[in-house]
Parts: sequence; structure tokens; C-alpha cells
Amino acid sequence: MSKSLVIKGGTVINRKSQEVSDVKIENDCVIEVGKNLKGDIQLDASGCFVSSGFVDLHAHLREPGKEEAETIETGSRAGALGGYTALVAMPNTDPPQDSVAVVDFVREQGKRAGLVDVVPSGCITLGRQGESLAPMAELAHAGVTFFTDDGNGVQDAALMRRALEYAKGLGVTLAQHCEVAELTKGAVMNECSCCTDLGLPGWPAIAEELMVFRDIELVRITGASMHFLHLSTKRSVELVRAAKRDGLPITAEVTPHHLSLTQELLASYDPVFKVNPPLRSIEDIQALKVGLLDGTIDAIATDHAPHPRRDKEMSLDLAPPGMLGLETALGVVLAEGACEIRDVVALMSWNPAKIARIDNRHGCDVIAGTKANLCVFDPQLTWSVVPERLASKSINTPYIGRTLRGRVRHTIFQGTTTVIDGQAQK
Amino acid sequence: MKHLRSIDELGLSGLMGLLQLTDHMAEINQRPVPKVPALRGRTVASLFFEDSTRTRLSFETAAKRLSADTMTFNVSTSSVNKGESLRDTVATITDMGVDAFVVRHKSVGIPWQISKWTSASIINAGDGAHQHPTQALVDCYTIREATHAQSFAGMKVAIVGDIKHSRVARSNIQAFTLLGASVVLVAPPTLLPPDVSHWPVSVSHKLDEVIGTVDVLYMLRLQSERMAQGHVPTLREYSEQYGLTQKRVLALKSDAIVMHPGPMNRGVEMQIDPSDVKNSLIHRQVANGVSVRMAVLFELLGSGSSLGGQA
Ligand SMILES: [Zn+2]
Ligand SMILES: [Zn+2]
Repeated sequence: MSKSLVIKGGTVINRKSQEVSDVKIENDCVIEVGKNLKGDIQLDASGCFVSSGFVDLHAHLREPGKEEAETIETGSRAGALGGYTALVAMPNTDPPQDSVAVVDFVREQGKRAGLVDVVPSGCITLGRQGESLAPMAELAHAGVTFFTDDGNGVQDAALMRRALEYAKGLGVTLAQHCEVAELTKGAVMNECSCCTDLGLPGWPAIAEELMVFRDIELVRITGASMHFLHLSTKRSVELVRAAKRDGLPITAEVTPHHLSLTQELLASYDPVFKVNPPLRSIEDIQALKVGLLDGTIDAIATDHAPHPRRDKEMSLDLAPPGMLGLETALGVVLAEGACEIRDVVALMSWNPAKIARIDNRHGCDVIAGTKANLCVFDPQLTWSVVPERLASKSINTPYIGRTLRGRVRHTIFQGTTTVIDGQAQK
Repeated sequence: MKHLRSIDELGLSGLMGLLQLTDHMAEINQRPVPKVPALRGRTVASLFFEDSTRTRLSFETAAKRLSADTMTFNVSTSSVNKGESLRDTVATITDMGVDAFVVRHKSVGIPWQISKWTSASIINAGDGAHQHPTQALVDCYTIREATHAQSFAGMKVAIVGDIKHSRVARSNIQAFTLLGASVVLVAPPTLLPPDVSHWPVSVSHKLDEVIGTVDVLYMLRLQSERMAQGHVPTLREYSEQYGLTQKRVLALKSDAIVMHPGPMNRGVEMQIDPSDVKNSLIHRQVANGVSVRMAVLFELLGSGSSLGGQA
């Protein structure tokens, strides 16, 4: 008989309720939610919220291929510390996740680490080259539910149309990195007055918006569903809002950094602020926040992109884009104060679980009978990032020197505590 | 002053101070033995990631005339290709005992990044399309020398050509306007940065409408790769619209000055021999380069020493 675990005194957030309760867990399931529960192990949650564990739709775990930056184990640990119980692993690995063998490897490495559910995404096109479709049906059979060429947008409209049509029969989600490549050659930062001063090639908003527009129209004629990764501009939000009003099966995510950091930071010349799509203007941030509140944006996803120190100790144009996100996401989102706690749980757990099609085991209400994938977080605790203390193998966080608010206290993955009092348990 | 990385950082008083100091250096350069011991024992390393013999020699000559030791690193051909990071390279050279780095790099911001990794002074000798402050100092000094004007108030300067990709333009716009000149940028829209509305300049797309009104005509180099990138359809068309032709020379005001940062593209932006222009200052720009760079080096490294004595 396995030991039971009780989370004491937290406010349990469910879709239709929010009250102070204890949560009792046995094996990998929640078995009771109520008052004065007793168990073999007790975890204090007073002053905290208890919700379903977070689900990240967008994590670059770098394994296989770039283990110098991150491994599935270190990325999983970073995820657990950020309150995540599931990470959708992006496919731009080496080799890329366009075959069953690689996808199985990623999933197995995830199981071996045993800290979160590592959900491998599949490539839309072979080798993410944008030329021919990856074996999507075979990958879907192997359990892949989320396909993307992230890092590359699928440039060829005919190929994207075919991918959408093909995906319809498979019950999977296609996700697009929206960037018309001809418009962003050599681009380093947002095209704005700031890039004018710095003499850096600009990444214009239109490069994102044109592809958002194109793919909305492809969804309209195919009827297949599509998810937009890391939207960053005001006009993108407007396009998605209108598409949703038309009833199209479209979802969208934003990253914590596009909600909190602006283009002006590039004037520090520090490549830690280089990311793709680039940091935008304060007006864009405001529009993204409105999108969060009115349901245009469905999810907050990290685009966690570790890079080894030497790759970021480069000039802005040569350094690779991307920043860490898993361990800071909650603290950034709550510090921004863009939405209520309930919305945060929806954006970081309930909705992304559905988009990734893993809502049978993640993003479920915390009630008897559901899988014990849970996050306990203190919404008030303020803290600052010490890069060397991050669990990620890399340190390219843009949040050094900023005060974050809200921190994960405990994380429970499949009934096992992966994080207790902010400490990873393995 | 610790570093010279941009004109903005220098500010008006820093700019004026350096121009005055340049007068002293010009005087030293007139001497039979143009050398003083001011920076004896100091070491200046030129760290050029991009070839520019002209600029490098100008700095090294300046350093030698102040009796500083010089080291040259043509990094494009050395360590960076062997996987050594920029930071490692800078740290290694710093350990050799360097007081100042003169840095040229095709990437924007390198002088600022490097200054985080070394205690030495940094002189920006050109970073991408961003800044080239010593060129701007040379140009201001050259205009001042020709016009005997302490302030540029009331002076109208046209900067013509590829503003978008030009570090010379960005530094000169800051320097000329700091000194009080009014600046007009003349370029096709494709060679202007995306948003110049916050710059204290006006913009024209027609050189012929501007040329007769300016006191200084500053021609920029057009690199032929701009054609391949589709910024201009052909060099011929560009040169017809924006090149300095004999006909345009005649349209200049009689006392107008013509400048170019070099190296010139004969037959593109310069369709004439500069010596055909009465008030061309192009040769003075080169000559003043050494004096200006001496002033910069002395300002950054010469604390406590004087300009007197014989080397
Ligand atoms: Zn992406
Ligand atoms: Zn990504």
C-alpha cells in the first residue's frame, strides 16, 4: 500500500469553484478534496493556490543534439520548479523530431527523468525544411498530437494547406511559427525607431501578421484547426480576434517575455534580449494583455530556449535568438498583473492542456478521480532571479535584476512530489 | 572620459573638448619630429574584426606619435575561427597588459559588450551600421578648420546616400546637430532607416532640390551589394539620382564644401575627380584623421601626463 499525501490548507482553483480545501493523493490520483484530511505525508499550502499543474506548449529542451545547452532532464527539472507537469518539447532538435524513433527517444528520456510529462511535438515538414510533409500519420500513431516546424514558419502556402488538410483526419493540432522569411533576413530586433538608432536590421511586425493572415484563411478553407505560437504584435491579436469571431478553430499563445519586455532593451547590446519573434513595443504589450483578458489569446507558453553562455557572448547579430522561461513564467505573469489568478491557471494549465490534446491527464479540475498533476503556488511571494541557481543548464534569463511576484512552492507529478518548498526533489 | 563608443555618449562638451585638443595635436604634427612622450608606457591594441587598413593605420600612427606601444590583432584571420569566444579573445589580450582597445567590427554593439569584459578603455572604430565616432570628430574638425566656425549654427549639411547602412551617417548626424547645424538626409526611401521621425533632421529624396541650398555636401559610399539586395535597381540609376556629377558641382553654392569619408566609389556616388571641386575637403579629412585620433587617445589615456617634451 503506497503512502498517501495531503496538501493542507491551500485554495483549490477549479473551473467552477475556488475554496480552501485539503487535497488527498494516493498512487497517481487525487482521491479526495475536502476539510481536515489526513495522510502519511502532509504538505503545507496555506496562503497558496492549488491548481492543476502547468502545461507548457512551447519548450526547447535541446535533446537530442544540443545537450550543452539543456537536456531533457535539466529542462524537466526547470519545468517542475516552474510548476509544470507537462512540457511540449519543440522539434528543432538534431536530428529533428520528424521520425518515430526520435519522438520515442524524447518521450523515453522524459520518462527516465520522471519530473514532468515530456510531450514530443512532431515536425510538420521533413527536417523542418518546409519542402515535404513529415510522416504525420505515423507520428500521430506513435502518440504525437502537436505538430510544428517551430523556428521556421512553413513558408510554402500550398504545403501548409496540404498539411492542414492531412491533419484533419488525424485529430492533431498544427502550430505555426508566424514569420515570412523574406521579410526578416538578417533581422535582429523589432523594426522601430530603436533599430533605426542602432543600425540593426529590423524584424517588421508585418512579417508575422502576413503569415497569421494567410494561415487564418487556410484554416477557413480547410476547416482544420491551427495554433499560433508566440504572437507578438497588436495586429496579430486583432486578426486572431476577428478569426475567432468568425468561429474558426484557431488558438494562440503569447510568451511571458512578450508580455513584460520591450524592444528598448536591445539598446543594452546584450544578446540575452534577442529572441524570435523580437521584443516589441509597449503598445504591442498592451494589445497582447487585452487579448489575454478577452479570450483572444488562449495560452501563455514560455518558448524556453536555452543557449550555452559562449553562444550568447556574441554580437547581437551573431548570437542565437531565445531566452529561458520555464522557471520564471509564473513570477513574470503575476508581476505583470495582467489577469486574475483564475485566468492565469486557465492560460497556463487548462487551455494549453486542451490545445496539446493531453487534457485526459493534465489541466483537469482538482477533484477525486483525476490524475494528481498539481501545482501549489504562492501568488504574493516576491523574488529575484539568480541565474547560477536556475535548474536549467543555461543561464540566458532576461530577468536578472527584476523583481518577480509569485512562486511555485510544490509540484506534484503523477502523485509524486517533484518540488517541495521550491526545491526540486530529484 | 573612459571610453569613446558613440557621439551620444560624448555629448557636446566632450565633443568641443576633443576638437580643441585636436588643435594641439595638429600643432605637434606640424613639427619636424612629430612625436611627444605623452603616452609612453601605455599600450594600445587595435582589434580589427573587419579589414580597414586606413582606419587602423590612422590610429596606430596617432598612438606612435604619442609614444604609446601598439599591438595589432586582425581577428578575422585568427582565433575567432577556432571556436574561441569573443570574450576569451578580449580577456587574453587584456592579460597582455593593454590600456585601450581600438575596435572595428561588422556587428553593432561590440564595443559595449567588450567593455563589460575588460578594464581597458574602448575606442569604437566602427560597429556595424551603428557608430563611427572618430570619423565624425574628423569631419567636424575638418569643417571647423575650413570655415573657422566654432559653432555650426546656421550651417546646412546634406548627407547623401546610404544612410540606412551607414555608421558614419549615424555618428555625423549626432555630431553635426549637437554643434548646431541643420541636417538634411538625401536618399531613396529604401536607403533610409525605417523610422527617422525622432531624429532632428529633415529628409529629401531629390538631391537636385537640395544641392543649391547647402553649405556642406557630405557624400556617403554606396556599396555595390545594395544593388544585389534590391535597395536600388542599378548603380547607374542610383548614380544618376544621387551621384555628384559635374553638373551638380555647378549647382553648389560657391563656398559650399564637399566631403566624403572614403573610400570613394568612383563612377557611383562620385562621378567626378574630387580635385575638380574647388572646396573639396576630402584630403583634409584624411590628414586630420591622425590629429583627431591622437586627441582621443590622449583624452582617454593621458591623465596626469602633459603634451610637452620631446620623445
Ligand atoms: Zn518560434
Ligand atoms: Zn520556439
